[in-house]
Order: sequence, then structure tokens, then C-alpha cells
Amino acid sequence: MIDRRSLIKRSGVALAALGAGLTSPSLRAFAATAMLPFENGERPLVKYPQKRSMIGLTSRPPQLETPFSVFNTNVITPNDAFFVRYHLADVPLNIDPDAFSVEIKGKVDRATKLSLADIKKMHAVEIVAVNQCSGNSRGFSNPRVAGGQLGNGAMGNARWKGVPLKAVLDKAGVQSGARQVTFNGMDGPVTDKTPDFIKALDIDHARNGEVMLAYAMNGADLPVLNGFPLRLVVPGYYGTYWVKHLNEITVIDNVFDGFWMKTAYRIPDNDCNCVEPGTAPKATIPINRFKVRSFVTSIADGAKLRAGAPIMLKGIAFDGGKGIKNVAVSTDGGKTWAQARLGKDLGKYSFREWQMPVTLAAGAHEVKVRATSKADETQPMEPLWNGAGYLRNVVETVRVTAA
Amino acid sequence: MKLSTLAALTLTGLAVLITGIGGSGPSEADAKPISYKLPNETATFKPGPNVEVVQNNCTACHSADYVQTQPRGPKFKQDFWRAEVTKMIKVYGAPIDEGDIGKIVDYLTQTY
Repeated sequence: MIDRRSLIKRSGVALAALGAGLTSPSLRAFAATAMLPFENGERPLVKYPQKRSMIGLTSRPPQLETPFSVFNTNVITPNDAFFVRYHLADVPLNIDPDAFSVEIKGKVDRATKLSLADIKKMHAVEIVAVNQCSGNSRGFSNPRVAGGQLGNGAMGNARWKGVPLKAVLDKAGVQSGARQVTFNGMDGPVTDKTPDFIKALDIDHARNGEVMLAYAMNGADLPVLNGFPLRLVVPGYYGTYWVKHLNEITVIDNVFDGFWMKTAYRIPDNDCNCVEPGTAPKATIPINRFKVRSFVTSIADGAKLRAGAPIMLKGIAFDGGKGIKNVAVSTDGGKTWAQARLGKDLGKYSFREWQMPVTLAAGAHEVKVRATSKADETQPMEPLWNGAGYLRNVVETVRVTAA
Repeated sequence: MKLSTLAALTLTGLAVLITGIGGSGPSEADAKPISYKLPNETATFKPGPNVEVVQNNCTACHSADYVQTQPRGPKFKQDFWRAEVTKMIKVYGAPIDEGDIGKIVDYLTQTY
């Protein structure tokens, strides 16, 4: 049984207004806040239908972050704890799955409309894949940058079920000369002057057999705020491509020049996809695959541990789809490293759990974790910077005291 | 929905009412029409000069917490907020009158 005190410590979340205030119903709703570990990081803990208590970033359009303790409890992120990110405030709130259809049009032989029932009759595939917001961890950028000031909770790992996008495109018959496929969902802007949220993938990527139209997540319908009744799943790619409430697929013979591809979600076009802090890149490309990352989940920054007693450190690692080769852990601030034991392999797009038994002498310790992918990509010891606050993947440090 | 659940939800002060969805989520087979109710907004713009101009211009598209959660400090004053307001107009097409731009930037600079 975890008492409240240790729960707070484990989650890195401070609950304000403890004690007597909680007995008052009017206070109970709004008293709880999360404190993200950067300046101006106080957030309300909010309750939405289909969701457990989540870290509220914004309410309209809704953006909810997963409390970090969830990643220690579950390698598969429960649907009710999965993060939420919308760009535009016209969120579809009344959805009849029997009336829903997705249209496949553009440079195809047969413009096609598929109902949800049509899609569910097709051969289903499943994949475990991480979805992570491009701006996950933006609040840690130094210098800070404008945008959603997220901690590390805008990520999640789910078992997605649906049909390959390739199978759907094949039904419509992609014409020769096709270059990209665009994706639009039912959510939209409040004014028609705001660019609708439309994303694009290259035709070969769209037809690689892994990109999926998912109607289920962890054995249940998608939660409304995660894209019910159908969303795009782009394994290994940042969440911006995972279009929710997907109802419009268009094959085009050029490179899509809509705002959300041409202007937004761009990263520096160089080897590190980074620039000197505070400067602008010479050229940019659309954001794409995840950088390799890893986290300690079993202890939070500032934890007080027992000295001289064995402790099992635990965490997760993931990358853009090569799979995790190894995870190294240091308890001395990065001077020496040891290999962690990797947990069950749920697939190359999944979180990979790791464990490492350590015994700490009395005193302060810096625990660091660094994952390496099967493509030998690893995490930088110092954070890389870009003006949009994307791609964060620095080696994480957890400072603890043993006594 | 159970009465006790309903009562608990009402007590929270958040408008949460949903049809066709159980607490643990339905199975894939019985997808029903869904009517989802977002909780009421609680974030408000802090009092300050011309706060009503900000309310009139900004809240059509987003809630006040978009402003509230941005970084603070000397680097996030007038230039930062002017760039944000300009982005809202040029990029997102916010229909803000020329005469309101300065008032909004001043409010944001002084209040956040």
C-alpha cells in the first residue's frame, strides 16, 4: 500500500491544500495541483470524462499531460491516463460511429468512402507503439521557448488495433505520380482564417504497411480525446502526424504546403537537428522520427532512499523504431556506467522497460540513464536546443539522497 | 450512470456528463453515439489594464491558460508578447483590430 506521502514523492507531483480543505466539496475539485519542475510549472490536476486525474495544461483546446508515476506502474499506458493534445478548439464532441466514414480521394482510381463497419471488416493488425508529442518536455528548454510548457508526460505507449493505411489506399488505387498523402480529422479551427490541422506523409511511408488507421487502443475504443472513432498511427514518428478523428485522406502529386507541414513542426536541417541556444536555423525540415530517450520511473528527483540497502531502479526507454539495444545507468553523475537488464520486448516501437539493482552509500547521488538504439544512436549528455522546443532527449538525471 | 457517481461528479463542480460510455470504456463491438462534455473552463485572465480587450480578442479561440502557462521573466516581456500576438494575427488569422494590438501587448507585458 502506498501512502499519500510516498505517492507524491514518486510522482514528482506536489499536492497543494492538503488536509482539512479536502473535506470541503467545493475545494476538493480545484485544490489539487501538480508542480512541474520548472519556473511557472504549477498546473491544476483536472478530471475529464474517460480520463483519470490528469495534469491540465490548457482547457480549450484541451491539452492534458500524464502524471509521470503512471509510467512506473504501466509499460502500456492506460487509456484513461493517455495524454491529450489538440491544436484547434472545434473539437468533435458528438460522434456517431455508425454515421462515421473516412474518405479516400485525390490521385486515386476510385474515390472511396469507408464506414467504420467497413474498416472493421478488413483484416486487422496490432502494434504496440509509443506516441509522443513533438514538444514533450518543452518546459525544460533552456533558454525557455514559447509553446505548450510540458513536463515529461506528453507521451504514452499503447497497443493499437486497426488496418494498415496501405490496405485502405490499395482499395482506392493510388495513381502513378502520387507523392504524398494528406490526413485531416473532424477537429477544426474556430474561424476559417485559421489553417485546418492537416498533416502529410510521403507516399512510400504511407504505404509501408506499418502506418495504421486505428479504431482500438488497449482493447477498447479510442477515448474521445484520443481520436474516437479512428486515428492515424505513425509508429516511431512524433505525435503531430497521428491525426485524430481521421475522416479525410487525400493522395496528392506534390509536396503538401499547408501551414502545419510547411511552417509549423519544423526542425533544423542538420545532423543534430539543433542550433546554438537562442539562434535560428539556416534551413528546416518537417519533424519526423523520435530521438532515443530513457527515463528513471521508480524514483523521483529529490527522493530520500535508504543507504546500504539494495534498491531496484526501474525505468523505460524507446526510440524511433530501431529498438533499444541497451540501457546504461550511472549512480555517480556519469563517471561510471553499468548495463541495466532489459524487460520484455513488446516490439521495436514500444517502451522497453529496464531494471538495475543498486546499493547506495550514504550521501547525495546523481542517477543518470542513457539508452542506445539498435542503430547505435544514443542520448546527449547535455541538452540540444531548437527554437520550437522539440526533440528533447538529453540524458535524464535524478538527484537522490541516501541515509 | 450510477446515482452515486453522478453525485460525485456534480460535487467536483466540473460539468461531466456523458452518454454511451462506461467508466472503463466500452468494448469494440458496441460502439454507440457519443456525446462528450468538456469540463467548464476555470482559468481566467488576471485583472489588468484593458483585460476586457484581451478577453474579447483572445478567448474566441483559446482559454486563458494558454497565456498563464508561458515562461516568465525579463526575456518574456514586450518583445515576446508582441511576437505572440503577431503570430495569432498573421499565422492563425485572429481578427484583431489594429488599435487593440498595443493594448493587448501592454496588458500581457504588465500582467504576466
